[in-house]
Amino acid sequence: MTATMQAATKRRRFPRGSTRRKRSSSGGAGTVLRAQSGWRVKQDLKGASLSLPFLLGFALFTLIPVAMALKESVFATKTSGLGFGKATSTFVGFDNFAEALADTSFWAGMFRVFIYAIIVVPLGQLVSLAMALVLDGVRRRVAARFRIVLLLPYMVPGLVATMVWIFLYSPVVGPLSDFLQVFGLQVNFFAGNTIWSSIGNLAIWGGIGFNMLIMYGSLQSIPHEIFEAARIDGAGELRIAKDIKVPFLRGSLVLTSLLAIIGTLQIFNEPLLFRAVTPETITKDFTPAMMIYNQAFQVGNINYATALSIVLGVVVGIVSTIIYRFTNRIES
Amino acid sequence: MTQASLRPEVSRTVHEAVDAPTPARLPSKRRRNPNVQRSANEAVGVSRWVMLGILAFLAVYSAGPLWWLIVASTKSKEQLYTTNGLWFGEFSLLDNLSDLFTYQDGIFAQWLWNTVVYATLGSVGLTLVALAAGYAIAKYHYLGRGFTMGLIIASFLIPGTLMIVPSFVLFTQMGIYDTIWAMILPGMFGSFSVYLAKVYAEGAVPSELMEAARIDGAGEYRIFFSLGLRLMTTAGATIFLLHFVASWNTFMWPLVFLKGADKWPVMLGLYSWLERGTDSQYDLTGLVITGSLVSTIPMIILMIAMQRYWRSGVTMGSLK
Repeated sequence: MTATMQAATKRRRFPRGSTRRKRSSSGGAGTVLRAQSGWRVKQDLKGASLSLPFLLGFALFTLIPVAMALKESVFATKTSGLGFGKATSTFVGFDNFAEALADTSFWAGMFRVFIYAIIVVPLGQLVSLAMALVLDGVRRRVAARFRIVLLLPYMVPGLVATMVWIFLYSPVVGPLSDFLQVFGLQVNFFAGNTIWSSIGNLAIWGGIGFNMLIMYGSLQSIPHEIFEAARIDGAGELRIAKDIKVPFLRGSLVLTSLLAIIGTLQIFNEPLLFRAVTPETITKDFTPAMMIYNQAFQVGNINYATALSIVLGVVVGIVSTIIYRFTNRIES
Repeated sequence: MTQASLRPEVSRTVHEAVDAPTPARLPSKRRRNPNVQRSANEAVGVSRWVMLGILAFLAVYSAGPLWWLIVASTKSKEQLYTTNGLWFGEFSLLDNLSDLFTYQDGIFAQWLWNTVVYATLGSVGLTLVALAAGYAIAKYHYLGRGFTMGLIIASFLIPGTLMIVPSFVLFTQMGIYDTIWAMILPGMFGSFSVYLAKVYAEGAVPSELMEAARIDGAGEYRIFFSLGLRLMTTAGATIFLLHFVASWNTFMWPLVFLKGADKWPVMLGLYSWLERGTDSQYDLTGLVITGSLVSTIPMIILMIAMQRYWRSGVTMGSLK
């Protein structure tokens, strides 16, 4: 009687511990079971303690900064007496956010980045998709050789990639201007109207290998019987690609686009490096992340910078939700 | 909303990824058999040549900039500006290397060393912390386990830019601003790695084996260190590699948290040269080019050698 009751309570407390259940039903005497259950709890607690280092570090380096961001954003710091006096923090409510929402240079940067993202991300996806489909269409051994070459850009550190492209674009050391001059084209890659295409090309160069790898992986997992069936029904290669392969890739496409958009809205490294060679085109507030960096570490307005980063975080969240909803609707 | 909806995606790719390493070996054996060599969706005839043409074009696009980097780093300063960028001139790679490693009393070697130290210590720490936490969440039943998982998933949605300013305030208060700890410690508690370790532990560590170890008298910690860690080697290698590469490439974090040039990692150092390059007396372009090549080669070697691990972890690593 007690044994069954205990077994029942255990089942409720430990719904997933299968070994435990087996033992208690075959175990017999209640005292043994009670001793065992105390022993189990101790065991689980000991096991749980293995996650303590992570939890402490996570609390310190993730939770506390997030809480501090929320706190800093509703305060304003003022230094009294020509900056020599002690800084005082005063509670200002949502003033920083109101300022952020009305800040034209912040939203101009956001607009720039947004336009850039909705052009470059789909373009990069298309190239990756074509790459994956073509790679899937050739002999496996050939594909394996090409794959490693196509993945090279992914292995290059992002900063080095940016610097190499800056040199390639450069009219002094780079071969690109000379090459285009052969066709009578005079292109300044660092001018105001070309700079985004220059950055976009380098982003696509760095990203396609990775996206291709994910898509190629999904393509490899399609059961081959489907292709054979389609061929028997008279479908050509293009038809197979359009109606079988691409729909199969939708999951990977959504995932990689989402990641790319989230990253692109926060773009910082590439424009900052371009600023080193062309400061007149790329201002210090060129992208939202650059403006946050500038406000926090050059101007020294930590409170306003945190408010701006919270706004950026919210925008990123909203945009990814919209994309996710939108793609889900198409799917269903 | 995004959090809940992201989850199935994440778990699917992680499962694929974690399961991938072992089965991935099978096709390579099959490939040697000529009868199965032809993949079912292989194109024939004209379309085959079109496809090869597209592939060749994409390969040139992908490898071209690297080719230029290799060629440019073998050229002397004068030749860099006067000769065709895509073919070798006079071979002066060794001179460039000696310039690179002697400029400013060999600060480049110091940067490389810093990068290796930060990446190694951070990755070892992260791997241990993440494996322990993932193992605990997967294999034990305790109060707060679901809550921990919730926190981990929710933290995927925090954009990196949001963390940098408050972290600066925190590190200043803690006194680790402008020390190597600002580079090593924060990266050791990445929630994504814990997620990966948890998913892997669920599949790779059988409860029966842990039970057997208990009957033999092993304590829980001993079971983790001598059994759990060993069974989770693959996940450990993936976590280590992904973080090692990420910390080798990191730029914004050291830009904000390290002031002294002697503590910089190599990427930040190269950036400082690029920034100074145009307005300084001494032309630094050649140094930046050779330095870029030197700091890229270890990554390419590592990535090619450990393909098996990162190709599986690639989907997950990018989530952060």
